[in-house]
Amino acid sequence: MVWYVVQRCIGALITLFIVAAVIFAATELLPGDVATALLGRDATPKRLAQVRAQLRLDRPVSERYWAWFGGFVQGDWGYSLARPNQAIIPLVSERLLNTLWLALIAASVGIPIAIMLGVIAGLYRDHVPDVVISVIALVGMSLPEFVIGSLLMLVFGVMWAILPAITIVPPNASFGQLLPSMILPACTLMIVMVAYILRMVRSSMIDVLQSEYVQMAYLKGMSRQLVIWRYAIPTALLPSINAIALTVAWLIGGVVVVETVFNFPGIGRLMTAAVGDRDLPLVQALGLVGAAFYIGVNLVADIATLWLTPRLRTQYW
Amino acid sequence: MKQLSFVSWLGIGLLVVHVVMALAAPWIAPYSPTAIDATQAMRPPSLLHWGGTDRYGRDIFSRVIYGGQIALVISLTSAAIAVVCGGLIGVYVAYIGGFIDNVIMRLIDALISIPSVLLLLVIVTAFGSGNGVIIAAMVVSYLPGVVRVVRATALEYVSRDFIQAARIRGEKTIHIVRDELWPNILDVVFVEFAMNASWIVLAVSGLSFLGFGVNPPTPDWGLMVNENRAMLLLAPWGILYPMGAVATLVIALNLVSDAIAKALGLDRSRGVPV
Amino acid sequence: MSTPLVEVAGLSIGFRRPSGTTVPAVHDVSLQLMPGERLGIVGESGCGKSTLTLALLGYIRGNGIRMQGTVRRQGVDLFTLNESELQQVRGAEIALVPQNAGQALAPHLTVGAQIADVLARHRDITGQHAQHQIVQLLRDMRFGDPDQIAVCYPHQLSGGQQQRIALAMALAGAPNVLVLDEPTTGLDVTTQAHLLLLLDEITRNTQMTTVVVSHDLGVIARTASRVIVMYAGEIVEDGLVSQVFANPRHPYTRGLIAALPRIDRPELPTAMAGQLGHDYTYQRCTFAPRCAFAQQICDTVPQLLVTEAMHRVRCHRWHEISNEVRPADVGTGIGRDEGSITMPVVLDIKNVAATYQRRRWQSWWRDDGVDVVRDVQIQLMAGQTCALVGESGSGKSTLARMITGLHPPRRGEIRLFDAPLHADVSRRSVAERRHVQLVFQNPDSSLNPRHTIAEILHRPQFVFFGRSRAESLAYSRDMLQNVRMDEAYLTRYPSQLSGGEKQRIAIARAFLAEPAVVVCDEVVSALDVSVQAAVLRLLVDMQQKSQTAYLFISHDLAVVRAVAQYVVVLYAGQVCEYGPAETVFSAPFHPYTALLLAAVLSIDTTPSADTLPQRIDVVDGAVHGCPFVARCPVAIAGVCETTPPPWQPAATGHALRCHHPRDVLGANQHPQV
Repeated sequence: MVWYVVQRCIGALITLFIVAAVIFAATELLPGDVATALLGRDATPKRLAQVRAQLRLDRPVSERYWAWFGGFVQGDWGYSLARPNQAIIPLVSERLLNTLWLALIAASVGIPIAIMLGVIAGLYRDHVPDVVISVIALVGMSLPEFVIGSLLMLVFGVMWAILPAITIVPPNASFGQLLPSMILPACTLMIVMVAYILRMVRSSMIDVLQSEYVQMAYLKGMSRQLVIWRYAIPTALLPSINAIALTVAWLIGGVVVVETVFNFPGIGRLMTAAVGDRDLPLVQALGLVGAAFYIGVNLVADIATLWLTPRLRTQYW
Repeated sequence: MKQLSFVSWLGIGLLVVHVVMALAAPWIAPYSPTAIDATQAMRPPSLLHWGGTDRYGRDIFSRVIYGGQIALVISLTSAAIAVVCGGLIGVYVAYIGGFIDNVIMRLIDALISIPSVLLLLVIVTAFGSGNGVIIAAMVVSYLPGVVRVVRATALEYVSRDFIQAARIRGEKTIHIVRDELWPNILDVVFVEFAMNASWIVLAVSGLSFLGFGVNPPTPDWGLMVNENRAMLLLAPWGILYPMGAVATLVIALNLVSDAIAKALGLDRSRGVPV
Repeated sequence: MSTPLVEVAGLSIGFRRPSGTTVPAVHDVSLQLMPGERLGIVGESGCGKSTLTLALLGYIRGNGIRMQGTVRRQGVDLFTLNESELQQVRGAEIALVPQNAGQALAPHLTVGAQIADVLARHRDITGQHAQHQIVQLLRDMRFGDPDQIAVCYPHQLSGGQQQRIALAMALAGAPNVLVLDEPTTGLDVTTQAHLLLLLDEITRNTQMTTVVVSHDLGVIARTASRVIVMYAGEIVEDGLVSQVFANPRHPYTRGLIAALPRIDRPELPTAMAGQLGHDYTYQRCTFAPRCAFAQQICDTVPQLLVTEAMHRVRCHRWHEISNEVRPADVGTGIGRDEGSITMPVVLDIKNVAATYQRRRWQSWWRDDGVDVVRDVQIQLMAGQTCALVGESGSGKSTLARMITGLHPPRRGEIRLFDAPLHADVSRRSVAERRHVQLVFQNPDSSLNPRHTIAEILHRPQFVFFGRSRAESLAYSRDMLQNVRMDEAYLTRYPSQLSGGEKQRIAIARAFLAEPAVVVCDEVVSALDVSVQAAVLRLLVDMQQKSQTAYLFISHDLAVVRAVAQYVVVLYAGQVCEYGPAETVFSAPFHPYTALLLAAVLSIDTTPSADTLPQRIDVVDGAVHGCPFVARCPVAIAGVCETTPPPWQPAATGHALRCHHPRDVLGANQHPQV
């Protein structure tokens, strides 16, 4: 077990290392270099050379990669190009914290709802509750986040005006100050999340209900409640863990649009801003943070699945 | 092959309507999608302008219809490329296994873990927002997921005896991948195609919404929402029509992929566009 | 006469197709189950026996519907009970031992917990009391360490252990009726023998009423006193086991018994014509399309007619035909001529050993994998069949993989026509690959579902002979004729074929390569008895035409008896007995061969239990000494565990590997042959 966890962690680190290489290579491949991008029309040969030296662009690629990656690992993420003298770490961590709150609210409300709806839909397969839930899921998956967000904003922010339509507090506001502004964006994320998770829970519930061991539980005279709660649901939820992880990981990208809709000061807005400003060090950092989040969430899901599946747990113990 | 249900037909019908509207846009659309008429700005829907007009007086209905062309061309093309390339890679690595499989899958894992929005934003900013670039960006973002799904499916077939039989016959890898495995993966490839197409429609509109997609004044749905969002209360038709168009197209694609999956006995509920 | 415990009357069950039509699975079945009765239900796949079994618990699977009839217990129809009333019956009055215990046990609960659920539900036993009861039940199931087993998850147990857990779970509710659905299918022969013995003990002691459902006539003979033969959803014959098996009246039962390979008869069993398809109707005799005795009267519906006390048969002509002898009743007489040493050796397997290497990171601290095949030496001769016998895990399949070049031997070599055969198939020449063909166990998996039969048959011809599609067609047609199939099959896909037909195609594909050696890996074990006989016959015919050498891998000694001239008995990767079939099937036996022979189920002899050792939980450990020592009833303490047994050849070509001298082994053992 310990060995398995260690092995998975090493695997995750290797993936992260590759991600770093991919991100670095991708930014290297971009046409023109950072200096030209940064200076834009102000580019004079002299200024260019100056900036290149400042950014160590005159060094060979491999050396810059190691310097960059080494710095990254050691907690030196460098400085933003577009925001002079702004260190990346505090910038990212402040925004990341806001987004994580958003994601936490969406996940902690959305996951239980999704599981409940998925289980109900699976139990009532092809009957009214399932049809209703499945239609909701279909609509949730089919509407772009900006549509859901705009509609929520229109109804709750403008027509009824019970919640702030857009965020007007600064990025470093406290959680209490941010909370009202977080509700609508979190709901938007939640709707999409619930749609995906419930479909997965429903389908694994249907699989399990058709399994021989559920049939056998009925045939040994177990009551319906017992069969569902003791025999069906625990195994039906196991494959959903990885699916939930995927959906949670999706949040980090999903926030980009949602935060733009609600003007929420999170990591998603920072991403669009960084890309728009061609702030390469910041883009690289955000890419790595996003990937690390994805890898981390999946790692946790893998280990949780392992821990909860007797067959795997005993095998790797 | 099971009988198609009402919902499946609904999906197919919706998709056909979208395709026909896009193909026949020049004949259906009453106005040019980019024609500006300051005298007609911000008009609500009427007989003259079925969808109303935006603040430049452009006809919303015409713009929505032309917007379908862009959405369909980009999504279907990039989904097709992603699915065929990703499918072939997936089948190939599943069959040969070993070192190459390990390396490629590590790379795929890495690509998947980078948030696709960021990937899209970076590619579009770097190379401009032409249709070609957007298609390429979509392929890069969605191909890894296809590789993973197809590889997993192919692995189930690789251990089957008919593959062993082919190996014992001394068949070349190309024959085994192309003639023995690929036909069996085709079901999954079809479902992946419809599913990815729906995600790509969402991604394209999202990108335009963020202002990174196709360039104005191209009549793109996401872009229209972005442009008209400021006049949410004054001219809600400006965003409701394009929103409805995106939603119906994605619902149609989702229903169609559900229908294909059901007809082929597959489970497609496990996909998430990361 | 007492009242029946369960009474089925006029029961018909159908399954609804998506197209809206209803396909009948059980048709107008009536039967009475008396207290203390031991009923057997036998029939081939698709005959409706499983549907009928579940109906005994008031259960119909999936989209099935009861069209007519009742299943009454104490006068009350189970199908009229509501959910909670049914729950009082299931598990408490009538308990089921499911077909596939591995699938029927919930993977996330310990087996103890799953038994505890039954105790709590039906007998109100919980807590400490329940723990005692569970341990007692497991002890009754002959588990050596019941406390340990109770906290195991199903996947930690072997197939035989899982089946015993399922039995314990069924008995936990203290039912009046125990229904066992294919209780031993999928188990090794010796495990099956143990389980049947255990079942016998338990049910005889308690006078429990049992219903055993099986496709295997031998299992029915061992477990039932009365048998019902089902065909196409109907009962075609019903009588005491002694009557039905000794004196079958229905042409189907007669055919079924004739199709059964016998361990005591070295000849091919008789194949039954046709197969159970969907082409029957209940407007006439359902068996008439396949029946050799069918006449005009068979176009009307036959009733169950009483032939003698306790014996009924659904046949218009049972009386007239009872004296008509068909070849079916006397056997084919196609015996296997004894092997002759004079035939040239085609494939020479010389001292091969094989290991499955663990993944490298694991081998850091664990020792390397144990050899799955050790020092095996076999010679295959043209036109002769050498059978390779062993239970699962004996290394049979690994040997097949080595011969076909999919798994490299760790030691030793394989020679084809006295030239070394490369270990890796991709390095073998076209001729070498052509000469070594493999027919797989499972025809569902060995034919590409997306290729037509024409394509499947074309490919080897293209690879080995460079024939174009058009050129190959004529050969494919010829070959189809050889395997007795119509050329209309060429345009079909494997899913449109029955299991037996698929296996014929697989055989046709192998023979289109004009091979010198065909490895048949359990080729008939997935097939029904009547189909199995036909495929065996086909294999023998093909061999006689082409003088191909067969390596016939099987776990079924009766089948081996029917086709093989030579027999190799494999245990834990090691040959423990080898020789011409006649010598292997007669004393002296290796103790393992003796065990295998004792475990063979037969319909006309009752094997004695004493030949089976009492140890059920077997641990194979001794790598240094004899691998069989843990299960050997005659193991010599202090010798067998530590010293590898010597190879003892005899002049007859027979040899065995044992510490006991040949003459001692010959004198001590009397398996039922």
